[in-house]
Formats: sequence, C-alpha cells, structure tokens
Amino acid sequence: MERLKEKAYELRRDIIEEIYHSKAGHVGGDLSVIDILTVLYYQVMNINPENIKDENRDRFLLSKGHCVDALYMVLGDKGFFDKQEAIDTFCAFGSPYIGHPNTDVPGIEINSGSLGHGLSLGVGMALAAKMDEKTYRTYVVLGDGEMAEGSNYEAMMSAAHYKLDNLCATIDLNGLQISGPTKDVMCTSDLGAKFRAFGWNVIDVEDGNDCVELLSAYKQAALVKGQPTAVIAHTVKGKGVSFMENQKGWHHGVLKEEQYQMAMKELKEVLQ
Amino acid sequence: MSHITNRQAICDTLMEAANHDRSIVVTCSDSRGSASLAPFAQAYPEQFIELGIAEQNLVSVSAGLASCGKKVFAASPASFLSTRSYEQVKVDVAYSGTNVTLIGISGGISYGALGMTHHSLQDIAAMACLPDMRVYLPSDRFQTACLIQELLKDEKPAYVRVSRSVTEDVYGEAMDFTLNRAGVLAEGKDAVIITCGELVPYGVKAQKELKKQGYEVGLLDMYCLKPIDEDAVRQAARQADVVITVEEHSLFGGLGSMVAQIVAADSQTKVINIALPDGHLISGNNHEIFHHYGLDDEGMVAAIKKARSEG
Repeated sequence: MERLKEKAYELRRDIIEEIYHSKAGHVGGDLSVIDILTVLYYQVMNINPENIKDENRDRFLLSKGHCVDALYMVLGDKGFFDKQEAIDTFCAFGSPYIGHPNTDVPGIEINSGSLGHGLSLGVGMALAAKMDEKTYRTYVVLGDGEMAEGSNYEAMMSAAHYKLDNLCATIDLNGLQISGPTKDVMCTSDLGAKFRAFGWNVIDVEDGNDCVELLSAYKQAALVKGQPTAVIAHTVKGKGVSFMENQKGWHHGVLKEEQYQMAMKELKEVLQ
Repeated sequence: MSHITNRQAICDTLMEAANHDRSIVVTCSDSRGSASLAPFAQAYPEQFIELGIAEQNLVSVSAGLASCGKKVFAASPASFLSTRSYEQVKVDVAYSGTNVTLIGISGGISYGALGMTHHSLQDIAAMACLPDMRVYLPSDRFQTACLIQELLKDEKPAYVRVSRSVTEDVYGEAMDFTLNRAGVLAEGKDAVIITCGELVPYGVKAQKELKKQGYEVGLLDMYCLKPIDEDAVRQAARQADVVITVEEHSLFGGLGSMVAQIVAADSQTKVINIALPDGHLISGNNHEIFHHYGLDDEGMVAAIKKARSEG
C-alpha cells in the first residue's frame, strides 16, 4: 500500500513538471484526483497497453476532463505512450496531448471534457456490458462542481433504473471550483443523499487522497448487486503542495520557477 | 396512396436487420410510439433501451453503447433531439465519431398546431455544421428504407429527419439508390426545383403541372443534405435558367443556403430560396402551413412562373 502512495507522489512530481513546462493545465484538480486515478489504474481496473482493444477490459471515463493532465501522467507511466513526450508537448501546437481527453491519445476511451457527459456515456458502456453478458466494469470520475450539470441527474436516474451494478462513479469532492468554494458558487451537497435518493449505493471516503480508503471503497463497490455505486471521495484541491492546498487560485494556476522548485522539493520529501 | 409513413419504414427496416444482427440497438426518449418503433421494442426487447423523457441522456447513453460495438439508432422528436441534446450530439456523437444514427421524428412543422416549441426549423443547419455529421431528409418510404439499409453498413454518425405524416410515394420497390447521390427526378432548361423530405411529392406535382403549361422544369430530390451532391447541383444549375430551392426549414443555413453556395461558385444561374419565414409560424396542419408559405406544388409553380416572367 505504501507503494501506491509513493506512486501517487511520483505522479504528482510528473504533473508539476508537465504544468511548469507547458504553462497550462489544471493543477489543483490534478493533485486532488491523482490518488483516485492511481488506485484505479494500479490496483482496481484491468486496463493496460496490451488489452486496450480487448472487449473485456474495464472502461474508464474522466468526466472532469480538464484534469487530463493527471491522466496523461498515469497513462504514460503505465506505458501507453512516452510520458516525457506528453510532458514536453502538453497543449503545444499540433500535439495530441491537448487539454481534454481525446482518442488520438492511446488509452483514452472516448472524447470528454464538456462537463456532465461522462456519467451518461458510462451508463451506455455499462448497459452494453449487461446486454453482452460481459464482466467488465465502468468507472467514471466526476468533480463536485460538475454535479451542477443537470444531465448528471438524468444519468443517475437511468443507471439506477437499469440496476447497473457494473457502474461506479467517483466524485472528486474537493469543494472548490474556478469561481470559489462549490458551496458558494452552486451548492451541490449533499451529494451522497442525492445519489441515495436516485437509488444508488453510496460509499463515503473521508480522506479521498488516502489510497487505502479508496481501495477499500472500490472493493466494496464491486460486491454490490443490483445498484450502481457512487464513491464520494472527500479530497483536497492541490493536495501535496502546501501553498496550493485548498486555494481556488490554483484551479489552473501556472507555477513560477521558485514555486516549481518548492513544489518539487515538498513532493520529494514525502517520497523520502 | 401509401399508408406507410417514413418512420414506419425505418422500424420495418431495422426489424428486418435486427433479425440477424444482434448489435443493432434502438434507444428512445418515451418516443417509441411516436417514432413507430413500438413493434421493434416488442419484438426485440433485449435490443431496445428506453431512456425516458431525457434527451441529453438519450444521446450520450447511445454514444456509450456505440463505443462498445453497438449500432445505435436513437429516435426522438427532431425538435428536442436537435436542440435539447445538441451538445451531446456535437461531442459524444460527432466529435467522438460514434456509430449513432439520430432519428429526428416529426421533423419540421409536422406537429403543426402544437406550435413553435415542437417545430424543428433549425435542425439541418445545426446538424450540418457539426464536423463529421451527415444529414439526410428522405422523401418517401422506399428511399427511407434504402437509406437506413445503407447507414447500417457503415459506422459513422448520421442525422435522419422524417415527418410525422404519410408521404406520397415518389419511388417504387426497385428504386435505384446510391448513398449521397441526389435523386434526379426530371431534367429541364427553364428551371430546376431542388427540394427534400416530404416536400418532394409536391415537387413532382409542380413539375408535372408546369410541363402541362409548357415549361421544361428539372427536379432534384436532395435527400442528402450533407454530404450534399454538389455535382448534381452544379449540373442542374448549368442547364437551367433559374434554381428554386424549397425546404421545410428556416431560410438560414439549410438546403437553400447550401445550394446557393455551390451555384454561386460555379455559374451565373439565379437561385431563389423558398423556406419558412424567420418568425412565429401560423397554426394549422402541415398541408395548410405548406400552402400558406408557398412550400407546396402551387407555391412552387407560382414561384417559377414569377421568376420566368421577371427574366
């Protein structure tokens, strides 16, 4: 389990490199969601470069697509493509590594990034698995700000209606969005109560940046029958870099050199 | 006269295909009845997904299904499908290139007296400007069946608009159909009518009436709005003194705009667009509305005679 945490912090350093180099991206959300991505990609899902065309692979959708910077680092680290190339060319002219997930990048399941689409796409993928009696699971990661999109509630309704126990949504609940605290911009809480009211199984993860808690939640979710599961992961925006944590300004902030050095030093200290 | 609507032709074609292709899936938004797809839902319940009155979810779920190998036909009233779920169409169907055929039922002014909320006068323009989205407005049941059979063979997105009422037969069982090639129903030097969808039978009547009166008028059934058959448009426009486009759509961004764009770059032939006006439409059934705005055979005849007299 320590290895998972280490991996998440190694990936945080990659993310900082990528953001610093490109002067683009959404670093705050990247750092809040990276533990979720690490647990899913390194422990939970059966997705790797060898099985990417396999009909039985699990499906992953990053509905909060603006945090693709983090996903690129995970996919690159897993060998879907050259991670350094993604760091060097993120958001550069002509690069496939653009600011939202697109299928020109190996490992990206479907284009996303316009908020409020991923859960519905996931419902379609989970329905297809049921129709074909396949055992793969579909994982969708959304943001808490994104939960203001009404289409999510259409998706929630249909997932419960069709008893999609092969669908698992994770809310990266970091409590901040571009304009400020989610509770002030448009209060989306109580998300657990909302999912329950729509007929979902809900698992609250108190520390959504803790790989142990997250892994336990996904193991529980896989055992649930007749209901989709929502993992409500209470995360910290900017987690791991002290001056970024819980600061709305780091939603898509760009690092100066001193900040870059400080962030890399802090993250290295955790690894040591 | 046929009693078979184009929507029924779609259902019949899909049922025949689903008999040997388990990957065909139909999705609806509480629209199986109005789409005439209830027989499909009954015969193939395991290949039918009801999403309720939720068009955004309808489209994205369809795209998700398609990304897992399904050939999805998503049917919903054209008015809602082309506007309420437009962003889902743009991103999850067109941009992602998923194998989803969107069936816009009761298109144009099919709902007549139900009013502007239920009209779709923008769908051709809206769909056509999405990269990689194809747009079709078949005329009769035979052409509709041929079109659906062809769309079943590829894996690309498409939008098909059909009307609510029965459209008179234009073709027959053994019709000659090539995807993305206009139906050349007549050729003529005095004028050419270019139309699509349920207005084509009016075009046939207008062409016959004008012939009686001594005019040689061509008629193109441009069921393929995108990719539009540019060669057919250019050829017809070069032969004729005037081109008249007639469409059940807004004047902006539809058939008329597309044809004018092609002709303007190729010849000096005058193009006259007949379409629905930019405002609240009068209430009535589809025939009454078409007549009121000059979209029927009488309107076409009058427009051509006026254009000819003005030289």
